[in-house]
Amino acid sequence: MTRTGIYRSRSGTPDSKTSAGNDGGGGGGGTTVMRVIVPLQGVVQGRGGLVLGSVIPCAFFYFLQFYLKRNRRDEPVSESDPANQDSGSYPENSGSSSPTQSELNGLSRSLSRVIISPRSSGAHVSVSGRANSILKGGDTPYHVGLKRVAEDPYDELGNPDGIIELGLAQNKLSSDLVSDQNSIGLSLSGIASYEPSDGLMELKMVVAKLMSEATKNSVCFDPSQLVLTSGAASAIEILSFCLADSGNAFLVPTPCSPGFHVDVKWRNGVEIIHVPCRSSDNFNISVTALDRTFSQAKKRGVRIRGIIISNPSNPMGRLLSRENLYALLDFAREKNIHIISNEIFACSIHGDEEAEFVSIAEIADTEENLDKERVHIVYDLSKDLSFPGLRAGAIYSFNENVLAASRKLTTLSPVSSPSQHLLMSAISKPEFLQTYVKTNRQRLQRIYSEFVKGLKGLGIECTRSNGGLFCWADMRGLISSYSEKGEIELWNKFLDIGKFNVTPGSCCHCIEPGWFRFCFSNLSEKDVLVVMNRIRKVCVTCKSQN
Amino acid sequence: MRLIVPLRGVIQGRGGLFVGSLIPCCLFYFLQLYLKRRRPPPTDPTELPRTSSRTNLFSRGNSIGRVRVSSRAVPVAKPSDSPYYIGLERVKTDPYDRIKNTDGIIQLGLAESTLCFDLLQRWMSENLMESMMQSDDGEFDISSIAMYKPFEGLLELRVAFADFMSRIMGGNVSFDPSNMVITAGGTPAIEVLAFCLADHGNAFLIPTPYYPGFDRDIKFRTGVELIPVHCRSSDNFTVTVSALEQALNQARKRGSKVSGILFSNPSNPVGNILSRETLQDILRFAQEKNIHVISDEIFAGSVYGDKEFVSMAEIAGSGEFDKSRVHIIYGLSKDLSIPGFRAGVIYSFHEDVVNAAKKLMRFSSVPVPVQRILISLLSDVRFIEEYMTAHRQRIRDKHIRFVEGLKQLGIPCAESGGGLYCWVDMSSLLTSYSEKGELELFEKLLTVAKINATPGTACYCIEPGWFRCCFTALADEDIPVIMERIRQLRESSRS
Repeated sequence: MTRTGIYRSRSGTPDSKTSAGNDGGGGGGGTTVMRVIVPLQGVVQGRGGLVLGSVIPCAFFYFLQFYLKRNRRDEPVSESDPANQDSGSYPENSGSSSPTQSELNGLSRSLSRVIISPRSSGAHVSVSGRANSILKGGDTPYHVGLKRVAEDPYDELGNPDGIIELGLAQNKLSSDLVSDQNSIGLSLSGIASYEPSDGLMELKMVVAKLMSEATKNSVCFDPSQLVLTSGAASAIEILSFCLADSGNAFLVPTPCSPGFHVDVKWRNGVEIIHVPCRSSDNFNISVTALDRTFSQAKKRGVRIRGIIISNPSNPMGRLLSRENLYALLDFAREKNIHIISNEIFACSIHGDEEAEFVSIAEIADTEENLDKERVHIVYDLSKDLSFPGLRAGAIYSFNENVLAASRKLTTLSPVSSPSQHLLMSAISKPEFLQTYVKTNRQRLQRIYSEFVKGLKGLGIECTRSNGGLFCWADMRGLISSYSEKGEIELWNKFLDIGKFNVTPGSCCHCIEPGWFRFCFSNLSEKDVLVVMNRIRKVCVTCKSQN
Repeated sequence: MRLIVPLRGVIQGRGGLFVGSLIPCCLFYFLQLYLKRRRPPPTDPTELPRTSSRTNLFSRGNSIGRVRVSSRAVPVAKPSDSPYYIGLERVKTDPYDRIKNTDGIIQLGLAESTLCFDLLQRWMSENLMESMMQSDDGEFDISSIAMYKPFEGLLELRVAFADFMSRIMGGNVSFDPSNMVITAGGTPAIEVLAFCLADHGNAFLIPTPYYPGFDRDIKFRTGVELIPVHCRSSDNFTVTVSALEQALNQARKRGSKVSGILFSNPSNPVGNILSRETLQDILRFAQEKNIHVISDEIFAGSVYGDKEFVSMAEIAGSGEFDKSRVHIIYGLSKDLSIPGFRAGVIYSFHEDVVNAAKKLMRFSSVPVPVQRILISLLSDVRFIEEYMTAHRQRIRDKHIRFVEGLKQLGIPCAESGGGLYCWVDMSSLLTSYSEKGELELFEKLLTVAKINATPGTACYCIEPGWFRCCFTALADEDIPVIMERIRQLRESSRS
């Protein structure tokens, strides 16, 4: 409690005075707290002395109070009821018995810092601090781009000058296959009443089959280890809630999917520690880098609970090899942490015949010492089936506790029954799954090679990719300054001049500027030409400026 | 708190810098002394050079064993000990069926209604696929339902929802679609609101008895506490401002920060409808204390008594109050009997809450195909009118039958005017007038009489002997079966 008190007052949160006593979940305070504790630790370890250990915090307190006292003079001073605030029982109550009165008294009541805090103003009731941080967050170029497209979307006939969407990972190539299957109707009895919120067993069986299909049946997924959620975002959120406490962290190799941060942090208060990968390594994850980051975080006192990877990787679109996965699992075992593998694009493979998707479940299955409990998989039915509007994701875990907790938490983000029945009617035919996976692969392959060829024609190289709905393009030659600013400038040009939206590398937390993620699965072959023309237009303006 | 008090004295100009520093200084001294004495015996420095720091000791220590889940997931994973959930689980193992399993357990614990399934069935069979697949120009376009759409719900749906809500609430209040966020059911709606209105460790006041699901919805992830405000049968379980005031004062004395009041109207489990005056009192109280008001109006369309239902939105819109603290939860699970659709709504007058909730909907939005179905369902005014009339009428009939049956056994019910349940006073069946006696009766109802009803303890009722019985999933012929089972139970316990 002592530490919390110091930390909160220093950061100037005025209402901490009323809430410090029960503040249990102040995430992110780790580093600040550490500094205060350092003298203490000396004592604990037997070095330093009791006196020194006491004098330093004492001095801190002195200066803190001095600072607070000086600051107070700057505020408008007027008479208020100090006894009332002293007791601490009615910090929000004094003199606001009626709305009109509180408006009139609005200014005169601002003597104490307690009263200045947003909670106590009579006129406006405030939202929670964590809601405020959500309100502010999320305005990255990724979201701004999506918003711009929504305002002025490209349409071949209706709006040929509109903005083309290349930033959103959705697949339009194979949706005709799914809709053909939808001719099977829904009946009311199945969809209206309460169903288990973690998904119908029938659907879980189909999902397990689909996941096996993605690995060419080399793994057999057990439907009882599946929990269905409303989309992959909530699957990751639920997993991170179950695996980490507020203030703990996950390691995430970057560049990574732009959404992780939101899913892990917003409501769970779990931090993400990036492990940057570089173009010189072809953006491969290196265990040495993971190890280094792990030790650094530990030194800072941050507890790492797991590592999140995407396979196929997002935004690079590369499949992880068996060796990679073994290395990662070994690393996780050595550090005794969890591993979350995000396999939402498992069926969206577009590489040649050798490109083979290996699920981490397969690696876990081959383990002899039954150390599977640390392995968790996130899957998204709706992405792979080109049906993101259905909002159906899944958690596959080998850990009974995680499964039990997740099942209960799905009431908070359930898949609706009509969705479940639609999915079942669409994918329960065995021959459909095979056809779908095969056709989808062919179509992705075609559009991918077309797109990359087009970019190459403009002198833009992409990293070699074989999975996912995107390619990772190196546009370092086009940015005016080699910095994040230069990258955002170029991105703005894409939007304003080129009229297309892509995801800049900075949204994927790439440390090297100038990389962009292009989602090509939104496009028809005809669109590819349009996009290339638009990119050329931007290239020309860039070069003329240079 | 103790530590901060000297500080505050200084800030307000009393006390001195010196005293303010000395006290924490002393506390630190004793803390260190304590830590020093409790320090574990030093390990061999040559063998394990890195374990001297406490951080290291901590995570190294369990690396040999199994990997752990987070400490907050542990209570979630544990089987629930609330009778509400125990009962629901038990019914699943042996559900009653009129023909196939006549000895099974009859479900009176789940608030769902099958009364108007015939009407819904008709509508769905006529319109279901069409409503989902139809786009504006009449041609089916898969991308209109397959692709990403705004998470807060399509504007058409929000408009339809607003119309529907004002229709079932008697047309006295209109709802603005821009204040509305569509959620995947009432459960996520309440969680998101709790998250947005209170920080971890803050609390809501909640009049008891309350819906047992709130515990999960609110406490599981948001870390918000619920402080019960006890209501009694002598007031017919209606909340009073003085009780609220008292609970608030006690909470503040304990150092809890109260962020709002949460209540359901029509109340769950009692079925009370709050009067206009009570609502005004609550809002006035909230305004005075500067806290939020969350009104759960999920049963607003299931009103069967003579008493008129008044939405908190109407009170807030009267101009007399500051609206921004009022938040309403609504959903279609109860009033339209389509819980499987998981369609709910947050209606808030606070712009920040609406915006934060919109963003959070990435975790629990309603699938687009479902939204399409709902748009056509809610916009079919003729059907909705027919449905709502039938729905109310049938609940009323069922309620009369059920209450009458209990009355013949000499078991009274609390006066109620809404909801899919009634609040039954079974204290005459208790062996001892206590919580223990009530749970014994609950167990006997489950095992002997094979009836699952929610005991008052699960709803934090302070008077023992009350049970919530949901009657809307029953057929008329089930009611005599239930009454007979209760009668037998009573006789066997008397003899």
